[in-house]
Amino acid sequence: MRTQILKYIEKKSKVDLGELAVLLGTDEVTVANEIAEMEKEKIICGYHTLIDWDKAGVESVTALIEVRVTPQRNQGFDKIAERIYNYPEVSAVYLISGAYDLLVTLEGKTLKEVSQFVSDKLSPVDSVLSTATHFILKKYKDHGTILVKKSKPERMPVTL
Amino acid sequence: MRNPLSQKVTSIAPSGIRKFFDVVSEMPDAISLGVGEPDFDTPWRIREEGIYTLEKGKTFYTSNAGLKELKIEICKYLDRKVNVQYNYQNEVIVTVGGSEGIDIALRAMLDPGDEVLIPQPSYVSYLPCTVLADGVPVVIPLQEKNEFKLTAEELEAAITPKTKILVMPFPNNPTGSIMTKEDLEPIVEVVKKHDLFVISDEIYSELSYKGEHVSIASFEGMKERTILINGFSKGFAMTGWRLGYACGPAEIISQMVKIHQYAIMCAPTNSQYAAVEALRSCEAEVEEMREAYNQRRRFLVHEFKRIGLDCFEPFGAFYIFPSIKEFGMTSEEFATRLLEEEKVAIVPGTAFGDCGEGFLRISYAYSIEDLKEAIGRLERFITRLRNEK
Repeated sequence: MRTQILKYIEKKSKVDLGELAVLLGTDEVTVANEIAEMEKEKIICGYHTLIDWDKAGVESVTALIEVRVTPQRNQGFDKIAERIYNYPEVSAVYLISGAYDLLVTLEGKTLKEVSQFVSDKLSPVDSVLSTATHFILKKYKDHGTILVKKSKPERMPVTL
Repeated sequence: MRNPLSQKVTSIAPSGIRKFFDVVSEMPDAISLGVGEPDFDTPWRIREEGIYTLEKGKTFYTSNAGLKELKIEICKYLDRKVNVQYNYQNEVIVTVGGSEGIDIALRAMLDPGDEVLIPQPSYVSYLPCTVLADGVPVVIPLQEKNEFKLTAEELEAAITPKTKILVMPFPNNPTGSIMTKEDLEPIVEVVKKHDLFVISDEIYSELSYKGEHVSIASFEGMKERTILINGFSKGFAMTGWRLGYACGPAEIISQMVKIHQYAIMCAPTNSQYAAVEALRSCEAEVEEMREAYNQRRRFLVHEFKRIGLDCFEPFGAFYIFPSIKEFGMTSEEFATRLLEEEKVAIVPGTAFGDCGEGFLRISYAYSIEDLKEAIGRLERFITRLRNEK
C-alpha cells in the first residue's frame, strides 16, 4: 500500500485522501495513517509545488554548478557539502561520480546574483578547487513533467 | 443498370453508433465516455523505434506471416504470460489488428452453413465477419446475473450438429467481464465433448484486474482447437499502428496466411518493428497504464454505488456496464437524452447486441478529472429522471 500511495502522490501531492483511498481500493483512515507514518519516518520529506516562473512573469535564473573539491580528512565530502547546502539559494547538492565532485543547483533572481554567489561565497570556500557554472536557458521537462506546450492528438469521440 | 451490390454485404447492418458519432462531432462542449481506445500515447520507446526504423529505411514488405523477430517475441510473450507454447515458424501470423485475425480465422475455418456461437454483448465484428465467411451466426445472450460470463449450460443449449466455432470474447468489450480459470473449466469440457473450435479474442488480456489473465488455449488439449487472437492496440496503447496476431494449429494458421497473403500481403513493416520493442522492453509502461485504469475502475464503481446506478463490478478491459432498467426507457433513448440534455456521449448497450438493452457502455479510458465531470452530469441527469417519475 505504501508504494502505491507514494507512486501516486509523487506525481500529484494535492489529492483528496478520500478519493485516493477509492482509487487504491482501501479506506481513508488507512491512507491518512500511512501518510502520517511516512511523514514521521521522513520517507515523505516534503510537499513542493512545480512552478513555471517564466509564465508567472517572475525573473529567475537557475544554474548548475560543477564543483571540484579536496575531501577533508575523516569527513570526506560531507562537511564541504554542508557548507554549501546551508545557503538558502542553493536548491540541490549532489555528490557525483566522474570528472567533478559536487553538483550544485542554484536559484537566483539574476545572472549577476548567481555569479556573485559563485565568486563571493562558493569559490573562496577552503578545499574548493574549481567551479564551472552552467546557466539553464530553457526548461523542457522538470520533475517528470513536460513544461513545453504539447498538442494532444484528438481521439475520435465515439468508437466501438 | 443491374444492382452492383452483393446481397450478402447489403444484408449486413451498419455499425449502430454512426448517428451518435455525427451528433457528438458537432458538439464541441460534449464530453465523451464512448471511446474504445486508450487515452495514453504509445510509450515513447515504441514510437522512437518506429521513427528509427523509418530513418533506417526499413520500409519493405516483410514475409507474409510477419517479421521473424516479432513472431519469436510473440511466442516468448505468450509463453511468459499465458503459458502456451507456440512455434514461431508455423503457428503464428501477424495481422492488421486483432480484427483482421478474427476475419481470416473465420474465413479459413467456415464452410457454408457452419454455425458460429457468438456470446453477446460483445464486440461488433464477430457477427458480420461470420456472415461474410458464409457461416451462420448463433447468438448466445449472456446474463447480468452471471456478470455476463458464459456458462456451460448456455453453451450446451446453443450447440447443434452444425456448430463448429465458439467465439470467446474475454476480457469483454463492452461489459468488462472476465472469465477466470474456474469459469473456463466447464466451458472447456463442453467444447471438447462437442468437438468445437474456439476463436479466443484476448485483445484486452493485459487489462485484467483480478489476478493474471487466463487463456482458454492454456487448458490441456485446447491449444489444438483454439485460435488465440491478440494484439498491441489496447495493452500497449497502439491502436493506430494496426497490429495484432493470431496463434493456433499450423494447419489452420497456414490457411489464414493464404488469405492474408492475397488480401493484405503483410502487416505494416514499421509497426512490426515497433512491436518488437514493445514486447522486449515495455513491461513497466504496460503495468503503469494498467494501474491507472484500475484506479479509474475503482473510482467509477465507487461513484456508481454513490449515485445508485446498478452495476456489477467489472474486472477487465476499460469498460463498465451499468443497468438503467429502473428508468424504464431503452438504452438508446437514455443515451440520446443524456447527450442532448447534459452533453455526455456514451454508447448504448444495444450497439453490442440486442441483449445489451437496458445497459450502457461507459469507457474509463479517460482521466479522473474527465470522469468526475462526466459523472457529475450523469448524476444530474438521473436525479432529474428520478424526480420526473
